[in-house]
Amino acid sequence: MLPHPYRVQRVRRETPDTFTLALEPESGRRELAFAPGQFNMLYAFGVGEVPISISGDPAKPAVLVHTTREVGTVTRAMRKLKPLDSLGVRGPFGTRWPVTPARGADVVIVAGGIGLAPLRPALYQILAARKHYGKVVLLYGTRTPADILFRRELQQWHSRFDLEVHVTVDRAMSNWRGNVGVVTSLVARAPFDPYSTLAMVCGPEIMMRFTVQELERRNVAVENIYLSMERNMKCAVGWCGHCQFGPTFICKDGPVFRYDRIQALLAIREI
Amino acid sequence: MQDEYLQLLAGCASNVRFEAGQFVLREGEEAHEFFLIRHGKVALEVFAPERGSITIQTLGEGEVLGWSWLVPPYRWRFDARAIELTRAIALDGKCLREKSEKDCCLGYELLKRFSQVMVEHLQATRFQLLNVYDAH
Repeated sequence: MLPHPYRVQRVRRETPDTFTLALEPESGRRELAFAPGQFNMLYAFGVGEVPISISGDPAKPAVLVHTTREVGTVTRAMRKLKPLDSLGVRGPFGTRWPVTPARGADVVIVAGGIGLAPLRPALYQILAARKHYGKVVLLYGTRTPADILFRRELQQWHSRFDLEVHVTVDRAMSNWRGNVGVVTSLVARAPFDPYSTLAMVCGPEIMMRFTVQELERRNVAVENIYLSMERNMKCAVGWCGHCQFGPTFICKDGPVFRYDRIQALLAIREI
Repeated sequence: MQDEYLQLLAGCASNVRFEAGQFVLREGEEAHEFFLIRHGKVALEVFAPERGSITIQTLGEGEVLGWSWLVPPYRWRFDARAIELTRAIALDGKCLREKSEKDCCLGYELLKRFSQVMVEHLQATRFQLLNVYDAH
């Protein structure tokens, strides 16, 4: 429960309201191994603590990478951190994306906005073992071209022959040559075999609900769809109850859930 | 769809091509045809003073462009511009309207298909209106 001190290696602005922190353990501390989909509790000393998804490569745990939106007091304080500043880290917590169970199947990754951050580690692992998967498709949607996350990496992935990448924005000026439209519109045309596909979806909950509808229309089985859920998380160890989601706790039973296991809960507005 | 109607549609169809940057249709002009995009990409745009052209949707291969030919006053509501070299099949909407007035079954077949397209676009537009990516 106690945060371990980490040192800021670099802070990079990704979009107008999103930034990435690269952290390294203070001397003498071991690296933090993590699985794709997991999160850490990051503590800005004297300000507060927030859960942030790990967005780096699980094969490179020496540098712990987190990407977050600047939305509140704690994240605004983190945005102002400089190299060598200290931060507290607790974790990793939560369940993982089913990267290994997806071997042998096609993989569809659907990300909306900042939702690409917790999916990036899964994509890193899949690409590191590329021969074990069928078609791999990344569908990414965001608000405008200025809000595209990890732009340079997306361009690199787009240039690969063994990965299909489709990006769309909700609106754009006429100098944008890419797709304009909601991310769900990409699902209908994505090249994958729905009967042999595992889907990983992360983004605003409304976007995930609509995406699941489109995946189901394409006959992807509900037990092969995984979502990353979000609720207010405080303790991250299932004690405080803030992240309770029906009979589950997002912090320890999630954040990654198999869709059929939470399908009924998503329809209950009170939770 | 019955063979007879397919033949009729084929008779009303022609291949067309738009270079990158070329307008396919302009807001306010008469809408007497629609397009099935075979290859390329078209942007639906609306012009706003002091902001310029805003793209509200792009359509690509296999998608249908245009339904204003079906509903009065039969005028395009947006601009559509080819973003890249685009090849499409243009269908004579005015002719199909007139034939549908005489043959209600043909009209129903066309409306059944276009209503599906319209519903999908409406759902997508509603999703866009939600601004789901804004911080709450």
